[in-house]
Amino acid sequence: MNHVVEFLAMDGHGLYVWGSLGMCAAVLVAEMALLRLRRRLLERAMQDEIDDGVGVSAPDPSRLHGGRA
Amino acid sequence: MTRINLFHFAAPARFHALAGRLVPWFGSAAVVLAALGLYVGFFVAPSDAQQGEAYRIIYVHVPAAWMSMFVYLVMAVWAGVGLVFNARLASVMALALAPTGALMTFLALWTGALWGQPTWGTWWVWDARLTSELVLLFLYIGFMALHGAIDDPRRADRAAGLLALVGVVNLPIIYFSVQWWNTLHQGASVTLNKAPSMATPMLLGMLLMSLAAWAYCIAMGLARARVLLLERERHTEWARAALHPSAEAA
Amino acid sequence: MNTLATAADHAAPDAALPGLFDGLRAVFQRDLRIALRRRSDTLAALVFFVLVVSLFPLGVGPEPGLLRTMAPGVVWVAALLACTLPLSRLFADDHADGTLELLLLSPHPLALLVLGKVAAHWVAGVLPLVLVAPVLALQFGLPASAIGVLVASLLLGSPVLSLVGSLGAALTLGLRGGGVLMSLLVLPLLVPVLIFGAGAVQAHLAGLDVVGHFSLLGALLLLALLAAPAVTGAALRIALE
Repeated sequence: MNHVVEFLAMDGHGLYVWGSLGMCAAVLVAEMALLRLRRRLLERAMQDEIDDGVGVSAPDPSRLHGGRA
Repeated sequence: MTRINLFHFAAPARFHALAGRLVPWFGSAAVVLAALGLYVGFFVAPSDAQQGEAYRIIYVHVPAAWMSMFVYLVMAVWAGVGLVFNARLASVMALALAPTGALMTFLALWTGALWGQPTWGTWWVWDARLTSELVLLFLYIGFMALHGAIDDPRRADRAAGLLALVGVVNLPIIYFSVQWWNTLHQGASVTLNKAPSMATPMLLGMLLMSLAAWAYCIAMGLARARVLLLERERHTEWARAALHPSAEAA
Repeated sequence: MNTLATAADHAAPDAALPGLFDGLRAVFQRDLRIALRRRSDTLAALVFFVLVVSLFPLGVGPEPGLLRTMAPGVVWVAALLACTLPLSRLFADDHADGTLELLLLSPHPLALLVLGKVAAHWVAGVLPLVLVAPVLALQFGLPASAIGVLVASLLLGSPVLSLVGSLGAALTLGLRGGGVLMSLLVLPLLVPVLIFGAGAVQAHLAGLDVVGHFSLLGALLLLALLAAPAVTGAALRIALE
């Protein structure tokens, strides 16, 4: 048990070390979650469009390689 | 960041499918590498004589800083390709990488500050790297802000792409000038570069964490590129088909 | 717009193409004339400059030693802001009345036309700031020789501010949020100019040599002169397509 406590304390620098790791974890998790949310919202919106009968459009004619790039 | 036969996979539908298969691999690699790196860094590597346990922040600070700069470089390259070859997928890739790079920069700054406090006694250290990271963060934000401010996606891609190219050319100049400014104004070189003399486990830990960060950035970049493509092509056949992965043919 | 046409007419009768710098000269003269007619814009930037510089002592206290140390940085930052903020309108008026599209279509090299516009803006809008800077430096108690170094650094560095600022103006042409967005884009790129410009004065105050600073400022100016107009031209084409 002592080992765990010592480990967490990090020689008194626990706040800084875990503050760093914690922020990293928080940011990365948030980034993934936000992207997932964005995708889910998009899928829902697209499904609504399909249900509403919004037509399929051809690829953008102003693109150079005719739909390739 | 696929370099396999660029023009074959430049078709959005094909890229979307390929990226979809790649993301889980890079994601898992990131998790495994990070677990290994943290284990080595926290349990195998010894503590430092001068900085004690606080130095262990290096295992996240350095990878974040490296990634922040590397992602900007890759972003600028893709933006350049998109500008020169009029390849929209390349521009999308650049746009997809920007938020991840910006977050890496923020983490570099945050962990740098938290490292500075126990080591040097202040929350912010105006050393060359941190200050350059701060300017880099502004460059990222500028890129995203310019792209967001322009309604027409093609103009947005190209304007922001040009800005990224100008930024990447300027970045060495900025870094050099900041470094010069730093040595001029501080007698003792208070630099976070001066990691404790690195024992092998420390180097190994840093290497593993850097690889983990790299894999993570690739995974996030590909994943975001997929979403961006869907958003732009939402009315096309392939996009609607992609909504239902079971129907998606390779 | 007939200035560009007449410039072509005045070329040698058997030469089909206009002289290389005719376009630059024509744009420069036209823009300068317009700017001198619209003196209120220049004055606004000038007053802004003086105001920003004057706010700092109010913020940090009147202690002379502190002010003297701060002076180079304060004047330079204020110059950065006062130069770049009005620039967002560099192309806006021409864009509004269609002149800009004509410039893009003209046979003259676009980079030179851009250079002409930037040069006119610098002469009319930035040079006054540089000329007023010594007075402000006196307020901060800078010695005469340091003021000389300050003015020299501004003369060398402010064109870079205008050149890089014009790029920002071209990128943000016609966008809402224009001025602030443009500053956000441009200010990080101008960090080296700020460092070397203010650094020159600080070095002089410390009794050190300023040759290095001025060489670097000169190098930045050369780089900006060679690269910025062309890149700004590219940005204009992107904005106008």
